[in-house]
Amino acid sequence: MATPPIIEFRDVARVYGTGAAEVRALDGVSLSVEPGEFVAVMGPSGSGKSTAMNVMGCLDRPTSGHYLFNGIEVGALTQDQRALLRRHYLGFIFQGYNLLARTTALQNVELPLIYKGLGRAEREAAALAALDKVGLAHRAHHDPSELSGGQQQRVAIARALATGPQVVLADEPTGNLDTKRSVEIMDLLQALNRDDGLTIVMVTHEEDMAAYARRLIWMVDGNVQSDRPTKGAG
Amino acid sequence: MLWETFKLALQAILRNPTRSFLTVLGVVIGVAAVIAMVTIGKGSTAQVTADVERMGANLMILSPGQMRFGPGSGGGSERAFDLGDVDRIIDQVASVETAAPSGNASLVAVFGNTNYQTRVTGTDSRYLLATDWPVATGRGFATAEESAGKPVCLLGETVRDELFGQADPIGERIRLGAMSCQVIGVLGAKGASSFGTDQDDVVLIPFKTFGRRIAGSMDVGTIYISVRDGYSVDRATNDITALMRELRRIGPGEEDDFSLRNMEQVASMLNSVNTVLTGLLSAVAAVSLLVGGIGIMNIMLVSVTERTREIGIRMAVGAQAGQVLLQFLVEAIVLSALGGVLGVALGLGLAAVGAQLLNVPFTPDPGTIALAFAFSAMVGVVFGYFPARRAARLDPIEALRH
Ligand SMILES: Nc1ncnc2c1ncn2[C@@H]1O[C@H](COP(=O)(O)OP(=O)(O)OP(=O)(O)O)[C@@H](O)[C@H]1O
Ligand SMILES: [Mg+2]
Repeated sequence: MATPPIIEFRDVARVYGTGAAEVRALDGVSLSVEPGEFVAVMGPSGSGKSTAMNVMGCLDRPTSGHYLFNGIEVGALTQDQRALLRRHYLGFIFQGYNLLARTTALQNVELPLIYKGLGRAEREAAALAALDKVGLAHRAHHDPSELSGGQQQRVAIARALATGPQVVLADEPTGNLDTKRSVEIMDLLQALNRDDGLTIVMVTHEEDMAAYARRLIWMVDGNVQSDRPTKGAG
Repeated sequence: MLWETFKLALQAILRNPTRSFLTVLGVVIGVAAVIAMVTIGKGSTAQVTADVERMGANLMILSPGQMRFGPGSGGGSERAFDLGDVDRIIDQVASVETAAPSGNASLVAVFGNTNYQTRVTGTDSRYLLATDWPVATGRGFATAEESAGKPVCLLGETVRDELFGQADPIGERIRLGAMSCQVIGVLGAKGASSFGTDQDDVVLIPFKTFGRRIAGSMDVGTIYISVRDGYSVDRATNDITALMRELRRIGPGEEDDFSLRNMEQVASMLNSVNTVLTGLLSAVAAVSLLVGGIGIMNIMLVSVTERTREIGIRMAVGAQAGQVLLQFLVEAIVLSALGGVLGVALGLGLAAVGAQLLNVPFTPDPGTIALAFAFSAMVGVVFGYFPARRAARLDPIEALRH
């Protein structure tokens, strides 16, 4: 192949605790994600979905096996080097939004750009563009407490997009939202994948949401049980 | 990035102004104490030096007994001088220009309906020569008045003002305790002394008048001596000491039963008292800064706990451990430096008031201010480091779950 997959797991295990208390949250997972894919991850609670996302997001490292991000062995990187990967190539969307309180939407979106070292004017422009993309430019100067759940999650998406990442990792992005808001978020993610070629990996518990993706990975007990295209794919 | 970090720190601090203020109170008090003490200390040192210059480095003070600190001081009876000693010093010591006896009492001076408590000094015109103190209006004591012990007096500027206000005192009669006396002159204003006492708060009367009518004896408590031009203070000290030992029949090897100090010694004694006081209070201030630093550490630890999720978010979007450390360290430094600024302002305010009350010049010293400020910022570094390191070592996944 010319370019390596963005994400490649080779026999990845993540083990918590030792002895009798040992939990194999990931138990020898192998999978890869190519640029431009939109992957949904499903499975029963405790099957290791979030653990897999943390490893993909370079927040965590495999206990054994290999995780290659763009061909780079992440397990061999220092904490600071992994922070640089997150800063430049990865965006996160969480179930609980994770916005900074008492901080405007604009400032929240600017946050990763500060660490990227952008100057004030550049930063504001990029943050406003990202907010515009999620349809919230008019709410730029509102605090999270003044926004609805769906709006807060869209701010979080703008924050994930602002740095122009290769991959966006979303762990149950619609878990706290009603169906109508969930559909809005999914439409947005789908558009980003389709129009901008953004690679997305998303954990969800809802079949309806998974249907927006083009590939579905089903996990059970720290293993990939099935990995196939969704009905919506094509 | 550093500017961003600084702005962020300021925002975090101002988000909870009351808590921030209480946190830095220890630093504020510590810095204020240092600034106030050092500023007043420097002012009074300058004042002492100025006094010595004004009174003349030539002035010496002879008093009975040994000036001692520590055990044994003030014990035993002190043998006073008499008027004969004054004359003998003038006649027999070539290095002496003049000498004057003095005795003091605190009395109420009365003129008409006005009462004023003041110091009455019995002395003679040689005192005005020795201390270089001019008579501003009226005249000094006549020789006849001195030798006869006449009830006449010279008023210090403060006493004149208290008793007479705008009126002309010359020729008026005032009462000093049980004695009535006539005002013959007013002394030139001298201002406050190094001790903070008002030197113009005095009434001078002839020594014999004082001895007979007030003290009840002709013993001389203190003798003021001025050194003749062209002679050194050391030479005069040796000469006078030798004469006094002979007059008081002190055998070889025995200690002096009198003490002779010149104004420079008085000044250095005052200054050393000053230094000790400044040192003590600086120690108190250091303790206060230490307590202040612990307060900052405590609140920063609370802050790290409260903001665990924020730290997790920052790490997720790409903050490195060093950047998180810097953020909390800068916050602690800004916090304590703000305490330093408040402390400097408060300290200067206290020093200005204190200088006014103690009658010393207000001389703020930029070096001291810079030092106190730097010190308070350093408190932030030292006590902010531990909480900042704790923040930097958080695991992003744990922190996000918080
Ligand atoms: N920090 C940890 N320490 C110990 N065990 C952990 C830790 N984090 C996760 N686990 C365990 O690892 C397993 C997988 O957890 P994970 O959070 O990945 O599940 P999940 O698939 O995301 O579940 P859910 O759908 O409920 O979010 C679980 O059994 C969990 O208890
Ligand atoms: Mg999960």
